Amino acid sequence: MSAVAEKVGSWLEEFTRQPKAEDRLQELREAAFERFSKTGFPTTHDEEWRFTNVAPIARKPWRVQEPGVRSQESGGLLAQLAKYAPQTNPFVALNTAFLSNVAYLHVRRGEVSEEPIEITHRASGDGAFHARTLIVVGPGAQCTIVETYEGEGQYFQNAVTEIVAGEGAVVDHYKVQRESAEAFHVATMQVQLGRSANFTSHNISLGAALARNDIGAVLAEGTEATLNGLYIVNGTQHVDNHTSIDHAKPHGTSHELYKGILDGKATAVFNGRIIVRQDAQKTDSKQTNKNLVLSDEAVIDTKPELQIFADDVRCTHGATIGQLDAESLFYLQSRGIGKSAARSLLTYAFAQDIADRIKIPSLKDSLERILIEKFHEHAC
Amino acid sequence: MALLEIRDLHATVGNREILKGIDLTVKAGEVHAIMGPNGSGKSTLAQVLAGRDLYNVTGGQVLYDGKDLLELDPEERAQQGIFLAFQYPVEIPGVSNLYFLKAALNTIRKSRGEAELDAMDFLNLVREKMSLMDMDQALLNRPVNAGFSGGEKKRNEIFQMAVLEPRLAILDETDSGLDIDALKLVAHGVNTLRSPERSMIVVTHYQRLLNYIVPDFVHVLADGRLVKSGGKELALELEESGYAGLGIYDEEEAVGKA
Repeated sequence: MSAVAEKVGSWLEEFTRQPKAEDRLQELREAAFERFSKTGFPTTHDEEWRFTNVAPIARKPWRVQEPGVRSQESGGLLAQLAKYAPQTNPFVALNTAFLSNVAYLHVRRGEVSEEPIEITHRASGDGAFHARTLIVVGPGAQCTIVETYEGEGQYFQNAVTEIVAGEGAVVDHYKVQRESAEAFHVATMQVQLGRSANFTSHNISLGAALARNDIGAVLAEGTEATLNGLYIVNGTQHVDNHTSIDHAKPHGTSHELYKGILDGKATAVFNGRIIVRQDAQKTDSKQTNKNLVLSDEAVIDTKPELQIFADDVRCTHGATIGQLDAESLFYLQSRGIGKSAARSLLTYAFAQDIADRIKIPSLKDSLERILIEKFHEHAC
Repeated sequence: MALLEIRDLHATVGNREILKGIDLTVKAGEVHAIMGPNGSGKSTLAQVLAGRDLYNVTGGQVLYDGKDLLELDPEERAQQGIFLAFQYPVEIPGVSNLYFLKAALNTIRKSRGEAELDAMDFLNLVREKMSLMDMDQALLNRPVNAGFSGGEKKRNEIFQMAVLEPRLAILDETDSGLDIDALKLVAHGVNTLRSPERSMIVVTHYQRLLNYIVPDFVHVLADGRLVKSGGKELALELEESGYAGLGIYDEEEAVGKA
């Protein structure tokens, strides 16, 4: 009890410090804070947090700062706010307790948004940031969203994004996490997909001392969901990707490909849950997690978690952990390319197929530039 | 002076000795064929010369251009003009042929104090060498060897050789798995590259390739040693009477008979 009270103490102070909001928002905040007060931060005794120790976040008394995105008109979306993200997650509860500026995005029925919609969550200075995004895409609408997280200094970004896509909607979501090297980044994205909707997530995780992503998608009949991820960690960085794909109805398809590159003493976690409900016959699901480990001290924990209740489905999963291929290295060296340049080239090549899936040319170029900077300093 | 001088070379993989004392001298412009049954050590010799660290050299000496070759890293050997055409070219998904070859050529040029080629000059060079090997230019933008047929891979090796212009080319069973048309094409590429300055070591199991790439010398490798050397007629002799005619039994065939 005392441990929880300690953890909640400074947050209570922050909670009472914030000015009251309009009724609906204030209700959401209070209910959420009550939930958070009961649970406090998770510990490594919680199965969901076994490999990610958030004590460095819990210990520190954070001052809550205004999120980098300026407040927007809810345009009637307020009623949908906080309906999807799992409130049992203490970080979601904490974010909801400090709801203030919300990035609302509404793509109306049938509307096709040609240009990518960019949302930048910038943490300026120390403190805790509770970025909140709600994206509602109407039936038959189409859009591309790029969420970027960045900042300077030691801060705690605790983001929640909710996406609701109507029947037949097509949504491409990109998340580029390049927080400062000292930052803590915890983010939950929950996606509710309508019948025959098509959703793609590209989750690029590069920065932060500690990063945790919880990505959840609930599919309807004939929905197609693609989850691509790339995480690159070095030094003492830690990254944890928890994904959950919930096939609730028949004829759903999901493809998941997460790739990680670990160097130094970095640690990474991949936990991929696939749920196929009893009703979700003819589900076709494929999950792949591939890791390239460049040092002896880096550690990866990868775990598929398949919960299948239907009997006429196809679900495959696979995980690999490997080092650079000695034969490929020799091949490059035998053509005159130096050993370190050859290593860089092969490392870059490992990440290439994720970069190739990015459909926004400027974003693809900038990711390739980042990859080249990271891995390619010695090559030609 | 000889370009390559191998003296009493011994090499092991794990605890097993594969090369048991090889002596071979290759002068500038010469083409030497090394023939031998499976398991005789042909590929080991080729890989040791290129610097593969899978093998331990336990004795002997290799002088290249008068200098100790075995001291050099694989990339340094390539920079100084050694090229190995792999028996099994390696697939490298995610790296385009074009990028790979440009990185290789420019690293080699830089190491020799020559200016790097710009994109235009490089492309012109590559187009010229591709037409020599009758290769589809679309292959340039494909990842290195990934999804190539066996023949395309072997052609790609010779194409790389044509671009990198080595002083000593080692061809490791470049003929294996090729149909006669592909074999002629590969041989034509190799023959075009023959010059008084360029030496070649052609490693092969079969005499067939030597009908098209006519060697100056033929050596027979058996159980880690060169047991017989001669002119190109030695290859024909082998074709007539087989390795058994020399009292040499193919390891695999011997196992088959047992």
